[in-house]
Amino acid sequence: MTTSHDARLNYLGRNLLSGCLLGLGFVAFIDEAVFHQILHWHHFYDKSTPDIGLVSDGIFHAFSWFSTISGAFLVSDLRRRNAWWPKRWIGGFLLGGGAFQLYDGTIQHKLMRIHQIRYNVEIAPYDWVWNIIAAIMLIAGLILIFRTGRESKVMEGTV
Amino acid sequence: MEHNHVHQASGTAFDLLLALPFVLAVIVYLRMAVVSNHRCKRWPFYRFVCWILGVIFAAAALIGPMAKLAHESFTAHMVGHLFLGMLAPLLLVLAAPMTLLMRTLSVRSARRLSRILKSLPLSIYCNPVVASTLNIGGLWILYTTELYSAMQHNFLLHIVVHIHVFLAGYLYTISILYIDPIPHRYGFIYRAVVLILSLAAHGILSKYIYAYPPMGVPREQAEMGGMIMYYGGDLVEIVLISIFCQQWYKAARPRMTVSFTQ
Repeated sequence: MTTSHDARLNYLGRNLLSGCLLGLGFVAFIDEAVFHQILHWHHFYDKSTPDIGLVSDGIFHAFSWFSTISGAFLVSDLRRRNAWWPKRWIGGFLLGGGAFQLYDGTIQHKLMRIHQIRYNVEIAPYDWVWNIIAAIMLIAGLILIFRTGRESKVMEGTV
Repeated sequence: MEHNHVHQASGTAFDLLLALPFVLAVIVYLRMAVVSNHRCKRWPFYRFVCWILGVIFAAAALIGPMAKLAHESFTAHMVGHLFLGMLAPLLLVLAAPMTLLMRTLSVRSARRLSRILKSLPLSIYCNPVVASTLNIGGLWILYTTELYSAMQHNFLLHIVVHIHVFLAGYLYTISILYIDPIPHRYGFIYRAVVLILSLAAHGILSKYIYAYPPMGVPREQAEMGGMIMYYGGDLVEIVLISIFCQQWYKAARPRMTVSFTQ
């Protein structure tokens, strides 16, 4: 059956977008649920937060809810069109999640100092683990996206 | 003692007077539904539930024990604000009162009403950017200026602010979720961007209240209130976003070209 392949090729961008949105939402959810609520490592507000940090946090917080829910609806949309391509979708997921975690770990934690990963500990190892995981996700995501991009060209017969 | 008693009695009478519009809202809605059921197909049951719950949540912010507590406690005030400005408007919008009204009116009156709905001032108010600025902008003014403490001492101001919070919340909800007829329809992307930015402004304000308590509010209460606004807001937002996405999902369904072979 070739229709399934054709449909996937028509929705390459939507597969990517949906994965990115859910990846970002997933990382933001883990951040909120595990680090804020369960471990209580992160703080709701850190006295050293500048106002720009509040703005960045607010925008990402609002966007993470929207991206989780809209990402899930986009998956259902792709499935009803027989256009869901899990490999490409996971690439998007890792890209969105990794990019957000890297932004959170470098810009928001270090540059804007919204809050630290954990308090009253030597913070450097935490920061390294956090950001290296982010970078690995980001790179793995890019590889998957690049590969599926090539596969799609092969399927279309342009390569 | 005597004085206290008199005060209490007048307080109860006053509460009853304040409750009147809410009772009327329920009666009028039910009456309209009865009329509509005679003419059109049955009005869905869940819409009744939404309307009644919406009226109850709005009333809880203005009358009864929580409203009394809100005069002293910022935490109670914030719960009331979430009910009045977010939860009640969402429930009332889901009850589709304008659609119901249109069904009960005569054709001539319905046409006149739809002309009013299409008028320029209303279509400006229903623009998502205008509606969300009125909604969230109003809250910024309330909590970052002297307005909040002034409102606690002036009854009229108190009522005006609460009416504004409710109306702005309702306007905001109808500008994002298209359930009732609306003057001008904007695309999903445009509304999504406005939705995200306004939710962000709401979250930022919550943390701002946490960090810089409004005038006359003790730090502990401001911290508690800020967190209630942040996480309580999240709960209502999840429902709002889900319905918004559900509407996109329905609108974007694939148009199949069905061929009947039989």
